[in-house]
Amino acid sequence: MDIRVQDHPFDFGAEAESFARGQGDMGAVVTFTGIVRDVPDGLVSMEIEHYPGMTQKALETHANEALTRFQLGDVLIVHRFGVMRPGEMIMMVATAAPHRADAFQGAEFLMDYLKSRAPFWKKEITRSGTEWVAARAVDEDALGRW
Amino acid sequence: MELLYFAWVRERIGLPRETVETEARTVGELVEELKAREERYAAAFADISALRVALDQELADFDAPLDGAREVAFFPPMTGG
Repeated sequence: MDIRVQDHPFDFGAEAESFARGQGDMGAVVTFTGIVRDVPDGLVSMEIEHYPGMTQKALETHANEALTRFQLGDVLIVHRFGVMRPGEMIMMVATAAPHRADAFQGAEFLMDYLKSRAPFWKKEITRSGTEWVAARAVDEDALGRW
Repeated sequence: MELLYFAWVRERIGLPRETVETEARTVGELVEELKAREERYAAAFADISALRVALDQELADFDAPLDGAREVAFFPPMTGG
């Protein structure tokens, strides 16, 4: 298990490659990456704030739950904070499991929990102003399926 | 007790953290104490259904007892991922 919270960019290709190479006894690796999306008003940048003492622990708790629940062989989470431009990668998740269904489900579970239970807050700076991104009810509801 | 504020809660109150002495027994009582202090706290805590709280870095409820908590953090619903 590898969990990293960092302000600098990460190399998605290199991370995915190195994660997958280490999984000799696993038949499936799933990766997800989240990207800063432009908005109609024109996004200048996105700022992500986090709760340093809590973030790492919260991510580890959810990763451990995913490992047990979906019998994953390994989990990687990289999540950035700080200032990002449209098109930059915000975060990635990778899961490894003997078979693909568990790897997909484990990644979805982690993403649902990261969205609503990991202490990150996004702020969008657009050409028309600055606004904290509101949590969406659909993201909170998504936790109900687990 | 250390209080921490994040995102727009931090902006409304105007500081990221502070140390307070309190007799409050629950998170809810602490919030009432803070609201009574100054308008900026009243504004930040006007609608606690729009807020989340963590006690010693674990998510908690507003009716949770404070006993022994060293760090209380207030913030809006999280938007990670």
